[in-house]
Amino acid sequence: MIIGGILVITRKNAVHSAMALITTLLAQAGIYLMLYAPFVAGVQIILYAGGIMVLFLFVIMLISIERNMKERQFNKQWLVGIAAAAALGGLFIAVYTKGKSLFPEGRLNFDEAQNTQGVAALLYDQHQGMYMFSFEIASLLLLVAIIGAVVMAKKRI
Amino acid sequence: MLHISTLHYLVLGAALFLLGVIGVLTRRNVVIVLMSIELILNAVNLNLVAFSRYWQGIHGPTALHGQVFAIFVITDAAAEAAVGLGILIAFFRNKETVNIDEVNLLKW
Repeated sequence: MIIGGILVITRKNAVHSAMALITTLLAQAGIYLMLYAPFVAGVQIILYAGGIMVLFLFVIMLISIERNMKERQFNKQWLVGIAAAAALGGLFIAVYTKGKSLFPEGRLNFDEAQNTQGVAALLYDQHQGMYMFSFEIASLLLLVAIIGAVVMAKKRI
Repeated sequence: MLHISTLHYLVLGAALFLLGVIGVLTRRNVVIVLMSIELILNAVNLNLVAFSRYWQGIHGPTALHGQVFAIFVITDAAAEAAVGLGILIAFFRNKETVNIDEVNLLKW
């Protein structure tokens, strides 16, 4: 997954970056399976790797990239960007080495057959579910995003 | 063999986040910047699901709040990618370039 991420940010060809991002997303779905979350892994493969990346590839093929590949690829302020990211990385290292004792290691053995029911219970159940309002708001967000994308990409409004 | 605890997943999430931040700050091509933003969102999702697993160990097998949050983040990332690409297409129709350096119409 790390190699996929490095390939995303360093490739010259945008289609190569998109392919590397697809492999990163598939590797991430595998890690979700390691974390005993099969529903999120399925949602990731269907939505992210099968929807969003296809949208990216459509747009990459729509705008002409060959002329862009001969130009300079990295920004003028790439040193400052890498310095800022190194500062952020130092912050992460400081937090994770100081707080290493906060997460005890336990071996859990729940079967995965109850996972989808558990997620659905949190979303939809009457006594247990608390995410129904967020679910409706998310559908409203998708409606607004559809209208926005259609209006932005039209030729004449 | 080494037992993979929650901390290992968090460090992996932090590494992916750093790669996404470097991609956003460094590249000139707008499409690759948008893909780096998707990398950042994936790193956050990994953190959420790792913590949901940790919470499951304390509160029982139905404490799946992190996974529900991760599903909402994936939905939100889809909406944002669609609108971002729409803006990119509208901008490309005007100026015929996909470099961020040349988006300087509002510069003083």
